[in-house]
Amino acid sequence: MSAEVLRAPGTTSGQWLRGAVLRNGPLGGLVALVVVMAVLSRDFLNGQNLLNVGVQASVTAILAFGVTFVIVSAGIDLSVGSVAALSATVAAWAATREGLPVWLALLLGLAVGAVAGLLSGALVAYGRLPAFIATLAMLSVARGLALVVSGGSPIAFPASLGGLGDTLGGWLPVPVLVMAAMGLLAALVLARTYTGRAMFAIGGNEEAARLSGIDVRRRKLVVYALSGLFAAVAGIVLAARLTSAQPQAAAGYELDAIAAVVIGGASLSGGSGKASGTLIGALILAVLRNGLNLLSVSAFWQQVATGLVIAVAVLLDTLRRRSTR
Amino acid sequence: MTGVDDVPGRGTTPVRNELLRIEGAAKSFPGVRALDGVDLSLRAGEVHVLLGENGAGKSTLIKMLSGVHRPDEGRILMDGREVAIRSAQDAERLGIATIHQEFNLVPGLTVAENLFLGRQPRTRLGLIDKRTLHTRAAALLRRVRLDASPATPVRELGIAQLQMVEIAKALSLDARVLIMDEPTAVLTSGEVETLFGIVRALRASGVGVLFITHHLQEIAALGDRVTVLRDGRSVAEVPATAGEDELIRLMVGRDIAEQYPRRRPDTPGAPLLRVRGLTRAGAAGGPALQDVAFDVRAGEVVGLAGLVGAGRTEVARALFGADRYDAGTVEIDGRPLPRGDVRAAMRAGLGLVPEDRKGQGLVLDASLQDNLTLARLHRDTRAGFVDRRAQRREAAEVAARLKVRTTGLDRSARTLSGGNQQKIVIGKWLLAGVRLLILDEPTRGIDVGAKVEIYRLVNELTAAGCAVLMISSDLPEVLGMSDRVLVMAQGRLVGELAGPAATQDAVMELAVRPAHGNTNDQSAMEGSDVG
Repeated sequence: MSAEVLRAPGTTSGQWLRGAVLRNGPLGGLVALVVVMAVLSRDFLNGQNLLNVGVQASVTAILAFGVTFVIVSAGIDLSVGSVAALSATVAAWAATREGLPVWLALLLGLAVGAVAGLLSGALVAYGRLPAFIATLAMLSVARGLALVVSGGSPIAFPASLGGLGDTLGGWLPVPVLVMAAMGLLAALVLARTYTGRAMFAIGGNEEAARLSGIDVRRRKLVVYALSGLFAAVAGIVLAARLTSAQPQAAAGYELDAIAAVVIGGASLSGGSGKASGTLIGALILAVLRNGLNLLSVSAFWQQVATGLVIAVAVLLDTLRRRSTR
Repeated sequence: MTGVDDVPGRGTTPVRNELLRIEGAAKSFPGVRALDGVDLSLRAGEVHVLLGENGAGKSTLIKMLSGVHRPDEGRILMDGREVAIRSAQDAERLGIATIHQEFNLVPGLTVAENLFLGRQPRTRLGLIDKRTLHTRAAALLRRVRLDASPATPVRELGIAQLQMVEIAKALSLDARVLIMDEPTAVLTSGEVETLFGIVRALRASGVGVLFITHHLQEIAALGDRVTVLRDGRSVAEVPATAGEDELIRLMVGRDIAEQYPRRRPDTPGAPLLRVRGLTRAGAAGGPALQDVAFDVRAGEVVGLAGLVGAGRTEVARALFGADRYDAGTVEIDGRPLPRGDVRAAMRAGLGLVPEDRKGQGLVLDASLQDNLTLARLHRDTRAGFVDRRAQRREAAEVAARLKVRTTGLDRSARTLSGGNQQKIVIGKWLLAGVRLLILDEPTRGIDVGAKVEIYRLVNELTAAGCAVLMISSDLPEVLGMSDRVLVMAQGRLVGELAGPAATQDAVMELAVRPAHGNTNDQSAMEGSDVG
């Protein structure tokens, strides 16, 4: 996403406009979508509704921040939905069924997410499995373990964690705050840490990274562990909103997360991606769902619309890349 | 195959034999004027050399002829008629074929399948007629003198053979204009001779060949006329008999005093690298490396010469820890390096500028700053956080020192010319604090100006007490820049030459000697799939 700001001399305003749209693809798309929804539905631009959009985006966005790390390093993580459910289930099981202190249960849930990611990472880095296969396996294993731990039925989430799904001061939803915090953390990791910079190098050219002294395999472990950790946070936020940890929660969310990352401008072939882009991608998906709900569009057509938005977003992004090369 | 009835020699009237004519071609991209008035005329039955530094516009011109770019101004004429080449299909229909530096072959398919991809002969039932396919493929392979079965998977071929397959493919399309983009860059001297034989045969059959090379000595050997490009303009058209000095002057617009400005040290420094008994089994049963032993001293440039596939790259990669080896020791300052550990090698002060610049040296879509600081990323990190400001400063310093020509450190490495890309790879090792720099084909595909800058840098490094191990298939270069030349053949070190004894003939004799007595006269070529 290193948009070229060079404006060649002699371009017409039409070309400039086209260039501007292409350069700011994801953000421009979000703004356009918001404008369209605001025009079509009177209820859309009201403060309460916009906060709702934020809450709806939060779980997808937190998952997607984690997946951004993986995609930047040219991998893929299909397991985040299952890992989110497993982490929340373990946290709820530890607190509610085993009576552990809530903070310890919470830590345990986060650790489970990180370990699940670490295992996927080990399969990818040391077992040389394709990331698609390793995380597909983890998708199944984590979901299965969530069902085993819970016995197949929801576990009440500890009341003291209910605040995570609630609002601050009666209006500011905590999930939105958590999303913002995790987004800042992801941006920091990507831009400023050794692991983050190594992700871009590995995703851009793994062999060149290795021959420049990057410890590729260890970095991959960290990348997938981070993805698992972010998934655990997302799972706990979701459970707090639903006031119970459900072993079947977040099924299919991994695809929303991947879609958000890609809409945000990351390339599936690795080497590019931004936390801000991923946030915009998650918001685009949430605005679309929320707006279509307000317009009483059927859930069936919503799926069609979501698919089209993903295709158009990535198409625009491909054009943008071609024009700036 | 063409409308030309006889074999035209030099000096026939251009009008009668002219195949292709470019008039005043110009092309701009945002921020750059890539072509700014190029005239070129290609006759049937001539080898026309296109000469120019990287960035002079050769690639753009070729892309214009193969349907990738369209000219903003100017005309392209084929047989005197103006044509528009909008796509690769248009170029194919006009009989223009291009052999790119990167081959367009499918590794998993056989030679025959690649040759007739998308237009395989069919039986009456619509199935692929394997027998006809193989007969036709075999005939084409004979024309390019490639001794390989049409049923061989392309994956198993060496670079020189892949190139022959590409040429055969062009022939099967009845190409009348054949554009060859630096075909000799990846070939050894023996392979180059084979290629020249094929090109001469094509010329005799009336094909017009547009030949791009950076090797000046090839021009007189093969070419008829030369068009020199500089800064997007065609600055001169001269006969191929023009002297090298004149060609260089035309190409760079100034005189290059000396091509190989090596300053040899008076006294050799302290021993730095000591390699003993380096041995590694090869993929095909024979050894990739066999008992390789040598020393490199501080301040020295040691050349590693030999045919492609002789094991030079394998030595470099083994030293650097990029590949494991089965036996032997590598010591720096008397301390042994662990096998297969790039990071340990880097800590000891080794750096590798790999042969495959784009595939192994650079992260093409990352910024110049990120590429330059990649090998010292861990050093710029404190408590997990990278000091981006320090990185910026370091990158700016080294880019200025290496005279990298770019509009900014945020540009991606992909946007640079080959010479400037190579400077980035070298700069990466300067920033990593390299003491022994291994250069594997450092000037392949790089223009004369950038070459000399890289040679100067080698001098600077060795003057500061570093050592350089230089692998090169360009004999004048490896002889001109090295203080000693080690010659390898079939995985062994077969000789060491220094001073007046180091001549091209002496190197070649050592390099090919083990191949004598080998019944297979293609062995030199087949060795290339190891490299």
